Amino acid sequence: MSVGYVLGDSLVFARRHLAHIRQIPEKLFDVTLQPIMFTLLFAFVFGGVIAIPDGSYREYLLGGVMIQSLSFGIMGPATAIATDVREGVVDRFRSLPVARASYLIGHILAELGATLIGVTVLSLSGLVIGWGIHSSVLGAVAGYGLVALFAFSVVWLGTWLGLIVRSPDAAQGVVFLVVFPATFLANTFVPLGGLSPVLRAIAAWNPVSTLAAAVRTLFGNPTALPPDPPWPLEHAVVCAIGWSLLLLAISAPLAIRAFRRRTQD
Amino acid sequence: MTYDESVLRTKKGVSAAGLGKRFGDRWALRGLDLEVPAGRVLGLLGHNGAGKTTAIRILTTLSTPSEGSARVAGHDVATEGAQVRRKIGVACQAATVDGLLTARANLEMVARLCHLTRAQAKQRAGELLERLDLAAHGDQLVKTFSGGMRRRLDLAASFVASPEVLFLDEPTTGLDPRSRNELWELLRERVRGGTTLVLTTQYLDEADRLADDIVVLDHGTVAARGTPSELKQRVGGDRITVAIADRSIGERARVALARFGDGEAVLEPPVAAEGTDLVAPPTRIVLRARPGLRLVEVVRALDAAGIDAHDVARRETTLDDVFLAITGPRPAAAVQA
Repeated sequence: MSVGYVLGDSLVFARRHLAHIRQIPEKLFDVTLQPIMFTLLFAFVFGGVIAIPDGSYREYLLGGVMIQSLSFGIMGPATAIATDVREGVVDRFRSLPVARASYLIGHILAELGATLIGVTVLSLSGLVIGWGIHSSVLGAVAGYGLVALFAFSVVWLGTWLGLIVRSPDAAQGVVFLVVFPATFLANTFVPLGGLSPVLRAIAAWNPVSTLAAAVRTLFGNPTALPPDPPWPLEHAVVCAIGWSLLLLAISAPLAIRAFRRRTQD
Repeated sequence: MTYDESVLRTKKGVSAAGLGKRFGDRWALRGLDLEVPAGRVLGLLGHNGAGKTTAIRILTTLSTPSEGSARVAGHDVATEGAQVRRKIGVACQAATVDGLLTARANLEMVARLCHLTRAQAKQRAGELLERLDLAAHGDQLVKTFSGGMRRRLDLAASFVASPEVLFLDEPTTGLDPRSRNELWELLRERVRGGTTLVLTTQYLDEADRLADDIVVLDHGTVAARGTPSELKQRVGGDRITVAIADRSIGERARVALARFGDGEAVLEPPVAAEGTDLVAPPTRIVLRARPGLRLVEVVRALDAAGIDAHDVARRETTLDDVFLAITGPRPAAAVQA
């Protein structure tokens, strides 16, 4: 099967995903409305009581919400692929003269696209409430580059999850149980200074904190780091790239293996 | 069935040798040999769990055989899957269509994946919607479809690439009698055009009407094979059925009827009545009619034995009889289904 066909077929599969979103716009809620809701809630409800030493809370908040929203991006690919595998529509595709890889590529492309739509929506709503990029063009490009890299890893992770759970609902349950606490036990919404020493240590080493700090740094937003920051936050950008690559290196092979296994026999 | 002779020279059908599939320590299918020449129709007949779906899944490359080999349209299913997939159409038992797309979008997607151009895909989808009586619902989301409509759409999807070999797993399950007849006609038309057809069914009538050859599967192995008429012959001629109201005299009736039968008369197992307020269904005694038997002799014998029969009838052998004779009584689960 030629590479041209694989790419063409991948686009057919990606378009199918987009058609799904047109039919059920709610599918995009978790990457669009949910982050906007968090932004507004925290900006207007908690914003007044959370002090950021090196800038405004709204400028601080957005990087955190962006990483949280990307983390919840596990949900989309997980439920989509779990539904496809369960409903047998993958069997139809497998009986067609189509390389199996193109289904997976199309799925990843479409889910990555959906996540990036979410990032765009969130950035725009950030601009409305007073967030902005204060670094440089290079910083902005690097910031969104990191966001895209992390999003890519998360889509693979979600795909793997969707392939190993019994049902789409189970995937949602797992995401909620893991991602929710993971994105709150971090510097997502509040600076680490206010946390108890134990929680502070956990939060400091939480990859979510690293990613949020890295995005804030690259965009030139306040990071609210203490004068002597914990090591992973001091080297946030490098560590964030490292975490993302590590996640990708683990989840992509797992997802591919699980996909092979689920589509055999 | 008649087919275009020239087609046979260029097309190949389906063949299998010793095909088997094991799940854990259970064999879902074992020792299946097939030889379906191009343009012929093979019916795989069996209960639920007999191995029909497993056979279809192996032949369509969805599943790899644990042993044996098979060739479809001239290509080995295990080593030349891609070539096989280019020449087959498949409709699985669980309708494999996308509920979140319209019927038209489903067909266009399949057509694009069969590498038709956009314009061709559009045209083909339109044709098939028309052909399968779905044109009025073409732009409706498939999740709103009834079971029968989904099934027809699934069949349409299997026709998209005008395949050489068509595999249909219980294609008419869930269809009303009218749609079933229409589908049969559609399939006959395909076969006349040179398509090789392998279908599974639990409907004996369907296998009888469509198939040139029948393979009866039971618990994963071949229980019988032959043309419909060969199978009927093996199981004997016409059947006499006698219905009596009172099961307690069943044994007496069976003895009275014994001399008319070619082989033993069989007292059918009682059919479970649904709900207690219903009148219990009559007990039936079935026997193979001895050659030259006249129905009036049976009636007289029953009268002489003082047996009050509701109904005495003679009918042609159906594949049901073949099935019963070969695979024994249905398992309890199948009776309930």
